[in-house]
Amino acid sequence: MSASGRVLAELRRSRRPLRLMGASGQLGYGIPAPGFARGLAWKPDLIGCDMGSIDIGPAYLGKGEMATSPGATKRDLRRVLRAARELDVPLVIGSAGSAGAAPHLDGTLAMLREIAREDSLHFRMASIRADIHRTMLLEALRGGRVMDFDDMPPLTEEDIREAAHIVGQMGTGVFRRALEADVDVVIAGRACDTGIFAALPTLLGFPTGLSVHLAKIVECGSLCCVPGGRDPIMAELDDEGFVLESTNPERRATPTSVAAHALYEQSDPFTVVEPDGTLDLSLAKYEALDERRTRVSGALWRDTDSPTIKLEGARFIGERAVLLAGAADPRFIAQSKEILPKLSDLVRDLVCEDREQDYTLRWRVYGLDGVRMAVPAGEAPPGEVFVMGECIAPTRERASEVMRTCKQYLLHFGYQGRLSTAGNLAFPFTPPEVSLGPAYRFNVYHLLKVDDPDAMFPMDIETL
Amino acid sequence: MAGFEGAAPLAGFGAEPQRQPHPPPDRPAGLAAPDAIPHAVLAAKGVGMKLSDIAQVIRSKNAGPRRLTLDVMFGSDADYQRVAQSPALGAEAIGRLYGVPAPEVTVIPYPAGRAIKIVMARKIMAGDPGEKDVYGAQQHAPLLGIEI
Repeated sequence: MSASGRVLAELRRSRRPLRLMGASGQLGYGIPAPGFARGLAWKPDLIGCDMGSIDIGPAYLGKGEMATSPGATKRDLRRVLRAARELDVPLVIGSAGSAGAAPHLDGTLAMLREIAREDSLHFRMASIRADIHRTMLLEALRGGRVMDFDDMPPLTEEDIREAAHIVGQMGTGVFRRALEADVDVVIAGRACDTGIFAALPTLLGFPTGLSVHLAKIVECGSLCCVPGGRDPIMAELDDEGFVLESTNPERRATPTSVAAHALYEQSDPFTVVEPDGTLDLSLAKYEALDERRTRVSGALWRDTDSPTIKLEGARFIGERAVLLAGAADPRFIAQSKEILPKLSDLVRDLVCEDREQDYTLRWRVYGLDGVRMAVPAGEAPPGEVFVMGECIAPTRERASEVMRTCKQYLLHFGYQGRLSTAGNLAFPFTPPEVSLGPAYRFNVYHLLKVDDPDAMFPMDIETL
Repeated sequence: MAGFEGAAPLAGFGAEPQRQPHPPPDRPAGLAAPDAIPHAVLAAKGVGMKLSDIAQVIRSKNAGPRRLTLDVMFGSDADYQRVAQSPALGAEAIGRLYGVPAPEVTVIPYPAGRAIKIVMARKIMAGDPGEKDVYGAQQHAPLLGIEI
């Protein structure tokens, strides 16, 4: 029998509180070893890790690349895999490879197979794909089953055709199906982070509201503590509530810190919308057991009768090149907002001549308004600024040509009152123009109405 | 830049409420460490304060690629109550600070976490051309200097 079968059978035979360890909120950036060891000594029934997010932007989903480095990713995977096999408990990983599309999932699976071979580990592994078939999605769009939200423009057929990758966030039911298949390891493509931890308890009949609330907290590791951090977290669930404790003795899970975690990256601290229902935290209670442990109860779950899957897709928009330079002349800084548009016009005339402009060119002046959405009037000018030019063009060569031309003409741009006639820019290194490769933007962020939110995510099982 | 002087330690990567190691330099002389006396007590004595002097955490982040969310958290119920009742963190005032129409700003009091959440639409979708802050993690700065 494999780990999930063993844990399910044991808990079904004699019911007891369930112990879950959230090993990492972002696998691939390192897991603090002392905390991880303490968590293992506590004998969890499941080790779970979240590996991805949409927060990292569209490039990883578009390119099919991981945000984490291969070396660190494999090291983290090895650490959690070996631990789970030693304890013979399920290892569950969601949003594989940062963005959870086919190349991310395949890259993660390849690393796990390498580790199995190198370390002579043998286990049964379920992998679940999150990629959305374009033909199916086109039919759904034509059938009025795609909805927009958060003011996103309606999805178009062109969006579907142009997206490099489209994934759907799988929910808890998909993870339940994998754990019921008697496996040791579950690797999911793009997934709701709650599914990683809510599947096992809901299979065992623990209340869904508590299970999903627990899942929402532990998927971030010890972030719900004060001071928060990356150490693994432990949660023990019974039928009335769950207790949270960090694996790092310096981190305290307090009622306020745990309650405050409901704010994190959420637009509404009282509700969490999942594919198959809604978590209602308005009656959640947080009670201190001692200085470091908080007991949480009261979360409610409401099933939905109109399940939806959240879709994410990113499309290629061109090749990106940037120019990196500083400036310290007060007159240049004072006039930079006039100089840069003029320079852009000058460069367009040089690189386009009679042709239409085929690229976009943007400037950010750090020190003035490179970061903030809005800048208060009357702010004193800084002593130095950092100037970044950004070009997105059809080809790498074209983007580079535009940036190189900008560099030369901005360096020697004549402006009113200019004293520094030998050059306007300070380059930290040369070449100061850098090709950044393909650029992407999110063009799919929509909801797909489905009859069965679990049916569209195919599962494979392999024995290593 | 008003508001940066003596700002409370801010949430960093994966961070959270943290205690201040030292009283900020611009705290009026003779006042105890931040957690000892609720700032509301000082306010009752007529001591004017910036949000960065009162809050334990002032942070921003995306809530999905189309929404920006700002969280302001407090170390005592008294501080939370004082700021939650202040128009300085109302939709009107926040909209003015961020250049967003007030009806597009949502302010959610969250007493269980001694926190106030503010949600607004991002001007562009996260990562679109022209992006300044993909994660939205540095959009809290305009809040720091709010006078309470």
